[in-house]
Parts: sequence; structure tokens; C-alpha cells
Amino acid sequence: MCDSQNTITTLARLENVGKRYGNVTALNGLNLSVNTGEILALLGPNGAGKTTAVSLLLNLIEADSGKVSLFDQDPQELSARQRIGVMLQSAELPETLRVSELIELTQSYYPLPRDLKELAEMAAITDLLKRPYGKLSGGQQRRVQFAMAICAKVEILFLDEPTVGLDIEAREAMWVSLRKLVAEGCSIVLTTHYLEEAEALANRVIVIAQGSVIAEGSVESIRSRVAMRRIRCVSSLNITDIKQWPNIDSVGYDGEYLTIQTMDVESVTRRLLSEDHALQQLEIKRAGLAEAFVELTKEQA
Amino acid sequence: MNTASTISKYSPFNVYATEAKLEFIRMLRMPMFALPALVFPAMFYTLFGVLMGSGKTEMSTYMLATYSIFGVMGPGLFGFGVSVAMEKDRGWLKWRRAVPALPGAYFVSKMVMALIFAFIIFVELALLAGTLGGVHLAATQWLLLLVISLLSSLPFCAMGLVIGTLVNGQAAPAVVNFIYLPMAFLSGLWLPISMLPKFLGKIAPIWPSYHASQIALKVIGNDLGVPLWQHIAYLAAFTLVMLWLAVTFWSRMKLK
Repeated sequence: MCDSQNTITTLARLENVGKRYGNVTALNGLNLSVNTGEILALLGPNGAGKTTAVSLLLNLIEADSGKVSLFDQDPQELSARQRIGVMLQSAELPETLRVSELIELTQSYYPLPRDLKELAEMAAITDLLKRPYGKLSGGQQRRVQFAMAICAKVEILFLDEPTVGLDIEAREAMWVSLRKLVAEGCSIVLTTHYLEEAEALANRVIVIAQGSVIAEGSVESIRSRVAMRRIRCVSSLNITDIKQWPNIDSVGYDGEYLTIQTMDVESVTRRLLSEDHALQQLEIKRAGLAEAFVELTKEQA
Repeated sequence: MNTASTISKYSPFNVYATEAKLEFIRMLRMPMFALPALVFPAMFYTLFGVLMGSGKTEMSTYMLATYSIFGVMGPGLFGFGVSVAMEKDRGWLKWRRAVPALPGAYFVSKMVMALIFAFIIFVELALLAGTLGGVHLAATQWLLLLVISLLSSLPFCAMGLVIGTLVNGQAAPAVVNFIYLPMAFLSGLWLPISMLPKFLGKIAPIWPSYHASQIALKVIGNDLGVPLWQHIAYLAAFTLVMLWLAVTFWSRMKLK
């Protein structure tokens, strides 16, 4: 409808939020915003504060300090929550209700419910509609929970580990639906521990550790914060010699391949090629999000 | 975003109606709840009110009043006590807080569910009484008994809610049974108060079910003669105290 190129609006916001559980500081002056039309992935080790951050926006807990707003309203306001869809990690739903009844119930809460047929196709639950929820497998239940999250036209979708328990095919089908939703104009907040999921979907990543944001940006920029790169080749050079070279992080063997991690990939490669003329199958890879994530959270600790 | 494609039919009334309908369906499909609720009162009434007192219409009439109260207590106590306890433990209440569910609809839907069950239970007992029991009552008496039975389920909804907020899901069925069955016996719902040991008969007025059954027994002229307003005052006060406790515990409740 509108030109999304230059109209970035913040839909939800945590400003300098603090939250303690007894003596444990869960969030320590956390800042976070959710913008229009983006897929925002929240990453962080267990206990870092991801779930706490999301719980604040979902009206599940209250902040001790700072400001929490959802569409410039308090998340307690019904009218704010009518603009979000929610998939929690561990909700057990009434087992004796049929899938269609659970969807009917959820849809009754929203002003703009989706067409049931369209919804069932998007969540791949068309064949499950008549079945009692309690009789479904874990993966099927997860798809139903996803359907309930997208049962209405909403502006932000909160998904907590949405693809846990799904097989690869179902996971990829959900990714397709998520991309479709974003194209419709919906924003998505994704907490996940599958880094490849964040890598495949997210426009923006926020890494949380020990209650505050330690890195924020595109997948690209997060990856580039970690300068480490990996060289792989078949070479007869001696490992212990290579270890003495400058800027070598680690050296090892992966099967017949020699692997080297280094910050200075150019110099190391030049030296490798000059010292071993028989070197073969040279490969240089940048750190993936997973490696970047490990590095970032290691720095923090 | 594009929102023009669906015409909104949102109304709070529709939310309440959908919740109530699905709460009833959900509980009806749960054998652990529906079977005892719908079968036990009718079975006990048939055994103790009809077969044991065979031919004694007076006995069958008396027991109709007391077993009606026994019957309608169940859906309130279990429908709130057990399901609130389980739903707070299993994430359903948490989910409801995150989505735009109406908080009031949660309680109203359970209350409507309990009332529908209470209605069915009363109809079962009335049919058994009118046929096998040979009970003859005026139309107004039947109607009064029905109204009293339905209203009597409400204090037990409130009591169930208190239990549900306090105990965990696994303990809830045992806790409710431990309160429900002794209280029914001690209030003279299974056997008339006159047949209970003297001491137990004396303390019967501490139980809410005693007062409900005395009101029901007034309809057939078989109560102990305590003025009606005293029973009503007790039940109103009991319900208010339960609601106050429920509100207090509810706000402290930890959702999982």
C-alpha cells in the first residue's frame, strides 16, 4: 500500500528496560525496537533474557523500570494486542477441542480474522481441522499453534521457537508462509536457537547476552563483526610449523583437509601457496552466523 | 497493510458466546469430568432415593431436593477447581494473556458451562423422580427446585476457583474430591441430617451445601425450620468471601 522504502516506523519498543527475578538480573537496561515489515531475530544463549524481553511485550510480565510500548500503548491494552499474533514455546491447548474449534475461538478475539481456507493452507493444517488437538503429533500441534498465531491479519507476529519439533519439510513450508506474511506487511519477531533459521529469514538480528543487547544489525553486519575466516585445502605442510605463523587462530585436520582459522586470511593464503606448490582444493570461507554468535557471546563472558 | 478483504464481525458478545459454547463442548468431551458429573448423582439418587426407600414417595421427594444440590455442586467445584489449576500449570492462561482474549470471558464461560451441566443433572434427577420415584410436585415446585439448584451451583463455582488458584493441576482432582464428598455427606445430602450422629448434625450449618439443601427442602416443606433469609445470607456471604479470596490468590498466581 505504501512505499516501504523510506517509511520505517517503530511498532513496538523496549526502552532502557530493567527486570529482576529475586537476585537475578534478567534484563539490564535493554533497548529494542520492532519496525514495520521486518523479520527481527532475537538470539542469545539460554537465560540471556530473550524470553523475558518478549514476555514484556506480550503482557506476560511487567518491567521493573523503563518503558514498554506496543503500538505506542501499554501491552495490557486489548486494542494493542488485537494487532499481534502469538506463538508461545510451551502452551498446552485444550486437548478435547478440534483444531477448527481452537481456530474459531482464537479468531473470535480479533477484528480481522483470516479466511479459514486460506489460513489452513498457509499453516498446512487443512487435513487436521476436524481432529481433536490432543490426538495430534507434536509437529502437527506446532502447526496448529502457528495457525492460531496467524488466524487474523495482524501487524506483528511473535514466534517463540516456531519450528522446534518440525521436520525439515514442514519447517521450510513455515518459512515460505513467514516470507509471504512479511510481503503482506506483517513484522515478525522470532526467537530461535536455530541459527540457520535466523540466517535464512531475518532482516535484522539482535544478540542478547546477560540482559542487554550486545550486537544489532543485519545478518551480514553481525557476521562481518567477526573477522575470523577459515581456510581449507589439501596440503603436505606440517601443522606444527603453520602454528608458528603470525595471526593463526587454530590449525587442524578435517579428514584429509587441512583447516586453518585466521584473522588475516590474505597473508596466510599467500604464504601457504608460496610454501606448498602442490597445494590443492583451496577454499576460503567467511564465518557463518553460528560462528559469529559464538564469538560475540564469548567476548561478553 | 491490506485489511479491506475481511468484514469485521468482532463483538465482545460473540467472544463470550464462543468461549462459553466451546468450554461446554470441551468439558462434555472429557470423560474424567463429564461421566462423574452426569452419572453419579443420577446413580446415587436411583440407589438411595428410589430403590432403598422403595415405595416411600416421601423419601424419594426428600432425596430429590438433596441430590439435586449434590449434583449441581460437582460441575462448579470440578469445572473451576480442576481446570483452573491445570490451565495455570499448562500455559493456557499464559497464552490467553498474550492474545487479545477477554479476561472476563474465561470465568463467565466456565460459569455458563457449570450451569448447563447443573441444568442437565437436575433434569435427569427430576425425570427419575417423576417416573421411578413416583414423586408428584406442583409445576411451581418443580420450577422452584430447578431455579434453586441452578443458583446453588454458583457458590461452588467460586469455591472451585479458590481451589484452582491455590493447588497445582496434579493435586486438584484429589483436593476437590476431598472437599466435595465429605461436605456433601456432612450437610445431609446423602442421608437426612436426622440420621447423622448428633454432633455432625449440629455442625452441619458450617457447610454451604447444608444451606443450599435447606432452601431446596423448603420447597417440599421438609426443612429444619430455619428462616429462609438466614440461608440466603450465609450463601451470599460465603460466595463473597470466596470471590475475595479468589481475586487475592489470582493476582499472586504464577503462570507456567
